Amino acid sequence: MQGLDFTVVAPYWDLLLIGAWWTSVLTVSAGVLSFAFGILFAVIVLYAPAILAYPVRALMWVFMGTPLLLQLFLIYFGLVQVGIDIPALAAGIIGLGLHFAVYNADVIRAGIVAVDAGQTEGARSIGFGKWRTLRYVVIPQAIRNTAPPIGSNLIALLKESSIVSVIGIAELVHSAQLAISETFRPFEFYITAAALYYILNLVLEAALHRFERHVEVSR
Amino acid sequence: MSMQRPMVEVRGARKSFGAVDVLKGIGLSVDRGQIVAIIGPSGSGKSTLLRSINHLETLNDGEVWLDGVQVNQPLHGQAFERHINRVRQQMGMVFQHFNLFPHLTVIENITMGPVILKGMAKAEARTLALGLLSKVGLADKIDAYPSRLSGGQKQRVAIARALAMQPKVMLFDEATSALDPELVDEVNAVMKQLAAEHMTMLIVTHEMRFAGEVADRVLFMDGGVVVEEGPPGEIFRTPRKERTRTFLKKYLSA
Repeated sequence: MQGLDFTVVAPYWDLLLIGAWWTSVLTVSAGVLSFAFGILFAVIVLYAPAILAYPVRALMWVFMGTPLLLQLFLIYFGLVQVGIDIPALAAGIIGLGLHFAVYNADVIRAGIVAVDAGQTEGARSIGFGKWRTLRYVVIPQAIRNTAPPIGSNLIALLKESSIVSVIGIAELVHSAQLAISETFRPFEFYITAAALYYILNLVLEAALHRFERHVEVSR
Repeated sequence: MSMQRPMVEVRGARKSFGAVDVLKGIGLSVDRGQIVAIIGPSGSGKSTLLRSINHLETLNDGEVWLDGVQVNQPLHGQAFERHINRVRQQMGMVFQHFNLFPHLTVIENITMGPVILKGMAKAEARTLALGLLSKVGLADKIDAYPSRLSGGQKQRVAIARALAMQPKVMLFDEATSALDPELVDEVNAVMKQLAAEHMTMLIVTHEMRFAGEVADRVLFMDGGVVVEEGPPGEIFRTPRKERTRTFLKKYLSA
């Protein structure tokens, strides 16, 4: 039996930190994408004409009903066959972003429907059109009311982002694996990677908490 | 006065919800600066009539005119959307449940319309809003969120929000019905002040005393028709129709 020795991590510390950096980049980029497209999909499903709403609903169903891993393979390896060559990092961000956009869309859609009809009447009576009513009155309230589940989705995204290591993105798990292939010390590196994920999560949760407290002011 | 074109005119308004006829051919004309109170039992169609004027309800038949412009023009799609948004900017509507925007502060609630719809500069809108808030007695609440206000305060902010668009007419849909009794007066006081400034107002209300004090004319509606209308003294003291008498007796004894 081999004893545990965390000093083996030290020479690879930079590598792991770079991995953590890319994990953060992935989380923030895919997070922004998942939020923006979450709103877009929700609005389309609720208000767009059928010709647009049905394809989006189908897309949502596909992204919700199939594994993220498969979606990444399709975007990165599959699309090349039809001439769409997307770099690994972009493919990872798009895959993660769309996957979580679908979950956000579901939550935001429910949030939009839950905004009191009086809010729409209040805005319309002032002279706001349908779109401006959505943009300035309904969606901001829907987002505030659904901030906790959207936050949970973002935390899930941070952890799930490790899966893009399979298409060769040098994020945290990928970096750990690289170090392990040179040192044959899986336990030390996986534990260290886990600790780094945990720290990233704490930072993210603190940011989300700040936002939710900011929102609480208006309640 | 009668030679002027009316500020608000409704002709032959009909509206049904499913099999229920809520408005059965209503005509109404309100002159500039006139204050009309609409009273009647629940389900008489008075709120529906008021909401139809702002096109929050779509009439099945009939016409609504605001200052010489037809509100429910037979336009379609985007053309109607543009038209109605323009017309609504000229009508202030005050709701029973306030419908303030909870995610915005008091001043943001008020400046939003002028800034976004009229392209007013933010500083100018702020000055306008501050003036209106002083007028309704809430200058100290500019940065509060609606959730921190009492019902009466919320309704006064809602009135200020509607006034910020500098409307030609104010529509009040049971503005005090959701308020605790001790908060009713502060809202009524604001409405009386508007009346003193000759704002054209249509007031749907359950408060007979207030209607008597503020209105130039009272409409009594029942079953989707205007049963009787006239000066408040006449309607409340010497109503001609039996239905009016029955309603008032029940109301005033309750």
